[in-house]
Amino acid sequence: MLRYILWRIITMIPTLLIISALVFTIIELPPGDYFESHVSELRAMGEAADLAEIEQLKERYGFDKPMVVRYFHWLGGIVQGDFGYSFEFRLPVNEVVGDRLWLTILVSVVTIAFTWLIAFPIGIYSATHQYSWGDYGLTFVGMIGIAVPNFILALVMMYFANVWFGTSIGHLMGREYLNQPMSWDKFISILEHLWIPVLIIGTAGTAAMIRRLRANLLDELRKQYVITARAKGLHPFKVTVKYPLRMALNFFISDIGSILPAVISGAEVTAIVLSLETTGPMLIKALQSQDMYLAGSFLMFLAALTVIGVLVSDIALALLDPRIRFGEGRHK
Amino acid sequence: MPDLVKPETSDTDLLRIEDLRVSFPLLGGKIDAVKGASLRVLPGKVTALVGESGSGKSVISQVIMGLQPEIADVQGKVLFCDPREPDVVHNMAELPHDGRKIRSIRGNRIGMIFQEPMTSFSPLHTIGNQISELLTEHTIMSPAEQRSRCEEMLGMVGFEEPGKVFDMYSFELSGGMRQRAMIAMSLICEPALLIADEPTTALDVTIQAQILELLRDLQSRLHMAILLITHDLGVVANMADEVSVIYRGQIMEAGPVDAIFRSPEHPYLKGLMGAIPHFGMDRSTRLTPLRDIDTNVDHLLEGLSVPERYAAKGPEILLSVNNVSKTFITRKQDWKVRDGSAEVRVVDGVSFDIRRGECLGLVGESGCGKTTLSKILMNAVIPDTGNITFNNGAGPIDVLSAKGPELQALRTQIQLVFQDPISSLSPRMTVGNILREPFEVHERGSKQERNAAAAALLKAVGLGTNALQRYPHSFSGGQRQRIGIARSLALAPSLIICDEPVSALDVSVQAQILNLLKDLQQGMGLTYLFVSHNLAVIDYMADRVAVMWAGKIVELAPRDVIMNDPVHPYTRSLMNAVPFPDLDRPLDFSTAATSSAASSMSWNAAFRGDKPGDLSTVDLGNDHFVLARNAADARELRL
Repeated sequence: MLRYILWRIITMIPTLLIISALVFTIIELPPGDYFESHVSELRAMGEAADLAEIEQLKERYGFDKPMVVRYFHWLGGIVQGDFGYSFEFRLPVNEVVGDRLWLTILVSVVTIAFTWLIAFPIGIYSATHQYSWGDYGLTFVGMIGIAVPNFILALVMMYFANVWFGTSIGHLMGREYLNQPMSWDKFISILEHLWIPVLIIGTAGTAAMIRRLRANLLDELRKQYVITARAKGLHPFKVTVKYPLRMALNFFISDIGSILPAVISGAEVTAIVLSLETTGPMLIKALQSQDMYLAGSFLMFLAALTVIGVLVSDIALALLDPRIRFGEGRHK
Repeated sequence: MPDLVKPETSDTDLLRIEDLRVSFPLLGGKIDAVKGASLRVLPGKVTALVGESGSGKSVISQVIMGLQPEIADVQGKVLFCDPREPDVVHNMAELPHDGRKIRSIRGNRIGMIFQEPMTSFSPLHTIGNQISELLTEHTIMSPAEQRSRCEEMLGMVGFEEPGKVFDMYSFELSGGMRQRAMIAMSLICEPALLIADEPTTALDVTIQAQILELLRDLQSRLHMAILLITHDLGVVANMADEVSVIYRGQIMEAGPVDAIFRSPEHPYLKGLMGAIPHFGMDRSTRLTPLRDIDTNVDHLLEGLSVPERYAAKGPEILLSVNNVSKTFITRKQDWKVRDGSAEVRVVDGVSFDIRRGECLGLVGESGCGKTTLSKILMNAVIPDTGNITFNNGAGPIDVLSAKGPELQALRTQIQLVFQDPISSLSPRMTVGNILREPFEVHERGSKQERNAAAAALLKAVGLGTNALQRYPHSFSGGQRQRIGIARSLALAPSLIICDEPVSALDVSVQAQILNLLKDLQQGMGLTYLFVSHNLAVIDYMADRVAVMWAGKIVELAPRDVIMNDPVHPYTRSLMNAVPFPDLDRPLDFSTAATSSAASSMSWNAAFRGDKPGDLSTVDLGNDHFVLARNAADARELRL
């Protein structure tokens, strides 16, 4: 098993390398670079560009060198923790991203926790009370959750939260804490603002998860071992939680790998509507303006999350399911 | 309390079912699963409930425990009188569903074991966890006491290292071992009644004999009653004190086992007895299926499915298997950095011939390699060593190295009939598509000719041509198996490998399929390799029998010789383990109930090989071969 984990971690390295090469190529694909689009933007606005400074920057960041050299330069930087320089903000990428990365992770983790907390009880109820009014009602609410786009929900929520609770919507914290160092008051302010994006981003995921949990549990509930457990005299609720739910969990654990990037990219549109201080809006802007190091770092971040998510789910599966742990190598 | 009834009528009965009616509401009507069945179980006795699938016997067992689906409508009385509280009688049918009282009876006073040992345990919890759960639920034992009680029980059902089994997972045990663990689980609270729903149907004969012996032994030791639900009259004859025969939800005949077997009265029971193959049947005796089918192979012998008649000039040996071996590598990963892999020889130096027009039976317990061997013959698994030659008169073909047109020709000549009629037919194709597909693959005939051929195939297996437009799910198991047989006949093969073709079917249908296969063999001059673990079926079908054990063919002889004069100890133990539906031939549990791996240690030295190459095939004359030590002489082997 240890050998298995070690092996999985080692295989992450070539995966990430290939992804980095792909990311770099994709960023390089559009004609031109940041400087060209910057100059044309300035010209369009009728301003003169400081060509000397731009030439200087181009030379400093090796834009005169071939692409392969620049790739390895970039890669070498990442390994040392230097993600390059954001031309747009004229700051190192690390400083630009800074807090936003942690806030993104915070929003995502709380959203996933929210999704699970809501989805599990409802899913179990729906499966054990199949075709009851409760099941139909919850299914209906779930369908609305799937069908309504995030951004519409965001706009609606913004309006009502402002009208009813007086919360200043938009941003993840009160305006006075923007660009301030972390403090207790700032933390409280973040928590006050957090529930709206979590609710919005979580709705669709929760609804989808309820549907899947219900379907999985319904399959498991008809299995022989459930009848065995009932024939032992256990309480029906205890039976459900100990046996079929545990089996249905496998599916969710193997889903972790795809949940992380889905939550983060699903959060981007919402984040723009709500103008949250997460990475989403910044990524989209960086891609538009060909701010290549910033965009590249974001994409690498997403890719790394996916790979790590898959690793976590594989290890968790092996821990939870003895059939996987014991290798399944047995022949009949 | 409404669920208590004065115990006037049932002084002696442990369980008394009176006029039980169970129906399931459906859209626009209802299905009556049980129609006024009455039944009794005496304390400390074995009562058998016999019937084919769909007769309502499993529904009755569910109602006793209150485990029927919630939509079921239950009328009538199920009176359970617990010897521990002799003054109270519970009407199980009226106790609140999943209520406190019925849960205190489930698992505690009534235990239950199921047909499928593979799926009855949760694979995610240890055996010990699942067994001790009952003690947590029904007793006030400390975890340490629970563990020692569980280990005691696991020891009682025959585990040699109960402490180790306690921490194992169900998938680490074989089917028979799981059924033992299941029995330990159902008996841990020493219930007054054990409901055994087809407890041995999914097991091999030798394992079946072990489990039956275990049940009998525990029954007398713990003084409990057993309600044994089964379709196997052989099991009934060896286990039961009383028998009730159920057909379509009604009890047809009930009484002591002697009366039922020696003078069956009801036509259904007589029919059931005539439909089961058993040993010592005359070669010419034909099974009489409960529902006969009308087959017609006439049109099959014109059109596309005409067998190319090489028979006249063909050689006697159709398929020759020479020294075939196959090794699988198994991995076992634990929490260790290094993993150990082990090689398992699934098929080990097997050689035999299949003669033109015969039915060669291949028998052995599950895991002995018979399915792998049949896959090798189909060129679906590539063996490590050995060669296979097929010759239907058109010249010898090396099966393992055949390529291109030669392989295509071979594919038409060898066909397979599968065990599971459900999963072997695509649910998305109509029966017509399924039957025409072989012609399409091999580009035979025009559209009309293919349709005519498909219709003729259906007639040959006794189905109407209206079946062409229907999908497999609208047919019963037996009908699907007939469709599977029709598909295998389509290209007029010379050899058909039947891999357990009746083991997934009900007894009443089994006779139908066996007769069909026999008729087709005669009508079309087919050759069969008939793989089965059921000796009675092999006895009915085969001309010669090969007995396989641990990847080797240990004995090969004509059917009469194998059945009457087996030489190899494994063949003998197989013969001893078959329960006969005959009270005068009871199972000898003392010899039958040892596992083949364990008993192989006590075999005559002449049959034991200490290292590879020790054993070779010895010719006993008269077409009789047995695997024994090179130096052994024939008289020594007969001991």
